Amino acid sequence: MSDNGVNGNGVAGAGGNGRSLLSLVPKADGKQTLKDFKTDQEVRWCPGCGDYAILAAVQSFLPELGLRRENITFVSGIGCSSRFPYYMNTYGFHSIHGRAPAIATGLATSRPDLSVWVVTGDGDALSIGGNHLIHALRRNVNLKILLFNNRIYGLTKGQYSPTSEIGKITKSTPMGSLDAPFNPLSLAIGAEGTFVARTIDSDRKHLQSVLRAAAQHRGTALVEIYQNCNIFNDGAFEPLKDAAVRDDVTVRLEHGEPIVFGAERTKALRRTPTGSFEVVNVADADPAEIAVHDAHNPDPSQAFALSRLDSPAFEHTPIGIFRDVDRPSYDELMREQLDEAVEQQGKGDLAALLGSGDTWRI
Amino acid sequence: MTKQVQQLDRVIIRFAGDSGDGMQLTGDRFTQETAAFGNDLSTLPNFPAEIRAPAGTLPGVSSFQLHFADHDILTPGDAPNVLVAMNPAALKANLGDLPRGADLIVNTDEFTKRNLAKVGYAADPVQDGSLAEYRVHSLPLTSMTVTALAGFEISKKDAERAKNMFALGLLSWLYDRPTEGTVTFLEKKFARKPEIMKANIAAFQAGWSYGETTEAFSVRYEIKPAEHEPGLYRNITGNVALAYGLVAAGQQSGLPIYLGSYPITPASDILHELSKHKRFGIRTFQAEDEIAAVGAALGASFGGSLGVTTTSGPGIALKSETIGLGVATELPLLVIDVQRAGPSTGLPTKTEQADLLQAMHGRNGEAPVPVIAPRSPSDCFDAALEAARIAVKYRTPVILLSDGYLANGSEPWRLPDVASLPAIEPNFAPPGQEDFQPFRRDPETLARPWAIPGTAGLEHRIGGLEKADGTGNISYDPANHDTMVRLRQAKVDGIARDIAPLEVDDPSGEARVLVLGWGGTFGAISAGVRRVRNAGHRVAQAHLRHLNPFPANLPEVLRSYDKVVVPEINLGQLALLLRGRYLVDVIGYNQVRGLPFKAEELQGVIQDVIDSE
Repeated sequence: MSDNGVNGNGVAGAGGNGRSLLSLVPKADGKQTLKDFKTDQEVRWCPGCGDYAILAAVQSFLPELGLRRENITFVSGIGCSSRFPYYMNTYGFHSIHGRAPAIATGLATSRPDLSVWVVTGDGDALSIGGNHLIHALRRNVNLKILLFNNRIYGLTKGQYSPTSEIGKITKSTPMGSLDAPFNPLSLAIGAEGTFVARTIDSDRKHLQSVLRAAAQHRGTALVEIYQNCNIFNDGAFEPLKDAAVRDDVTVRLEHGEPIVFGAERTKALRRTPTGSFEVVNVADADPAEIAVHDAHNPDPSQAFALSRLDSPAFEHTPIGIFRDVDRPSYDELMREQLDEAVEQQGKGDLAALLGSGDTWRI
Repeated sequence: MTKQVQQLDRVIIRFAGDSGDGMQLTGDRFTQETAAFGNDLSTLPNFPAEIRAPAGTLPGVSSFQLHFADHDILTPGDAPNVLVAMNPAALKANLGDLPRGADLIVNTDEFTKRNLAKVGYAADPVQDGSLAEYRVHSLPLTSMTVTALAGFEISKKDAERAKNMFALGLLSWLYDRPTEGTVTFLEKKFARKPEIMKANIAAFQAGWSYGETTEAFSVRYEIKPAEHEPGLYRNITGNVALAYGLVAAGQQSGLPIYLGSYPITPASDILHELSKHKRFGIRTFQAEDEIAAVGAALGASFGGSLGVTTTSGPGIALKSETIGLGVATELPLLVIDVQRAGPSTGLPTKTEQADLLQAMHGRNGEAPVPVIAPRSPSDCFDAALEAARIAVKYRTPVILLSDGYLANGSEPWRLPDVASLPAIEPNFAPPGQEDFQPFRRDPETLARPWAIPGTAGLEHRIGGLEKADGTGNISYDPANHDTMVRLRQAKVDGIARDIAPLEVDDPSGEARVLVLGWGGTFGAISAGVRRVRNAGHRVAQAHLRHLNPFPANLPEVLRSYDKVVVPEINLGQLALLLRGRYLVDVIGYNQVRGLPFKAEELQGVIQDVIDSE
């Protein structure tokens, strides 16, 4: 596969098969704590919002990276989730609806010494900003995109979103929504994403393990976070949270491991002749037929098939890192061209440039 | 045979042909030869938006007009003295502009029945006497080229394609142009196709020799070099000058230039040019759309680069929201709008000045943005530097309004002394300040600190939500919003103290009529004014570079004249601003034909106003 380069600061991430760009970001002098990343601003999400759990998970995760706080930047669009930067004591840019990936692209490609995170939602990233999301993914810009998916518009008070299920009754769709939803991970894989993962707001341990791998990833990491909006779409992910059923429906993906799940680990995934996955009983299956998760496979078809497994009814929902492959980031390639230009032609000389071409003296 | 040599003080030549005939290249080469010879010159390329409209049709006609003289000239010329028509469509599309007695060089090979019918000629105008009022030179340019290239191992098609070089050779002989530059150019252009290269050079030389030996041309013309200030010169288009101005802005500020751009006519050449200059540390990012282009530029500015975006026409509309964010977050940002005819897609390759009000007001909320406009192709260099100076010093987006005429037109440019270019100080906020406040303003400029990520101790959050004065925290306080709206306005208004006053050119000092323009109409207005003065009348002229804020002395200038004429290639946008702000009843003169004004036209307009005094 790839060159098995060194991980930035030695953190063993689930990714681990590519060269991390974190080594370009200056390290903090002392040990950091969660407090270092809190601001004095009052957090203004609704009580009980899933965003609180994600904020706390990120704030308590960042000290682990040991990066200088001033070299971390959060860029967001518009929506509930996009208020996130105000609560992070780093540099932050709360920008325009849908445009965070574009703005962050300018920042990340001009500043290799920064760790740039994008916080967005399903409306922000997939509706008004869909174009910027797919292009950031295909370019593999060094961005970590956290997509808070609550399957509803929150800040505008409850219209259906591009991830809402068909037939959703909302203020703008009293007879039910008509449009088929996006599957964000299928979209990201189709857009040549090199790191595509899913996690859940309420599972801090899993969320942080995914963030850890995302932070190390070379290029764009897309992390879909199932996030509950308790005001306008409460219980959207209930089967994944309800202690009685969640272990039966949650398929935890681990690179290199057979895909087995269920409270008693009695169920497994098997590839069908058409390339999709089907659920089988471990007891009935030939062990050789049980799929082994390979997040590092350059061929995206298995990751894509896994992304299709998440039916709207959450009968079996994979979480974890679907895809994590190594490809040079746009940032690196852009820098290389600048270096190459200087190597080949020398540093620019303004007077020489102005006087290039046909000149005459009077 | 010895030819008679006639002295001329100026000539206007128009090369016209099919889009595939290489007229732009031919015009450009003739321009380079003319520049090298030392004439003053001004050019006007005019081409369709389609890359190759159906061959031989009127929509497919492409032309290049060049005005050159032994004295300083200001415009590409009103009407050609010489028209080179490579086919019937080119003749038909351009004949209306040709004054009686002008020279007409026609490529008769293309005047076939079929080609004539394509453009609705029932009979061949070259034959039927309908061109009697012109001096027609009927030449089989294509077949002469093919004959001249008989010895080369190239296809007939390639031989025919060299006919533009034959025409160029002939015209170069006719006007005694130096030829070395074109030979060198062809050697470079076709370095990888030696046979094509040799054939094109041969066609060029054959055209020259034909002029020397034929009896079709008994007179040869001489236009002496113009007197220029001493210095090193080159010919330059507005787009290249603008790109160089941006390179210079990067050098003078020490800031890396970051261009986010999406291809759009006629602005794309700035992207093309800047993408060649990576050795200056310039990053060019071809974005997925206009919005991403300006977004990336603003993101780069947040990170301490000088973010630039270039666009035209509908592109500027798409960027509005991000420019508003730049106003709210008070970050430096250069927005280059190469205006073209609108609305909507409009006329992509034709010029207009109709984005002024959009630049001034085209955002939601009170969102003042400084606006500046270059006056000539080479002035795009200085205007870009000035826009960068204001953007960086005042932490604000600046809109630069170029136009299609400036972008593609060219003129000789005396190279500036690089050492004398103004310095631009980024003055980043230094690390480790106690009680840092991202919106605590400089008392003089009202600019806020530019604290870039990576600066320890200055971590802060910005965004499009209203900020509290000073701290920059989100604030919904009514009084604070009122304060912030007024502060942002005062900051931009205050730039008036930092720009040159408007200069008025009034040699007699007794003019009662002022002509006031802005942007790319400077050449045409100046030429019109010159004609009026040469006819013995008095008129004052002033031209605005700064449209927002206006120079501080503008109201005083306006009130010093009985009448103020404001010619614009729009329906009166500057006039509206002047009337609204200064209650001066200016007289608008407005044309929106996608073409620059003509000197004669403006002479008439000015004269009429003087006569009505």
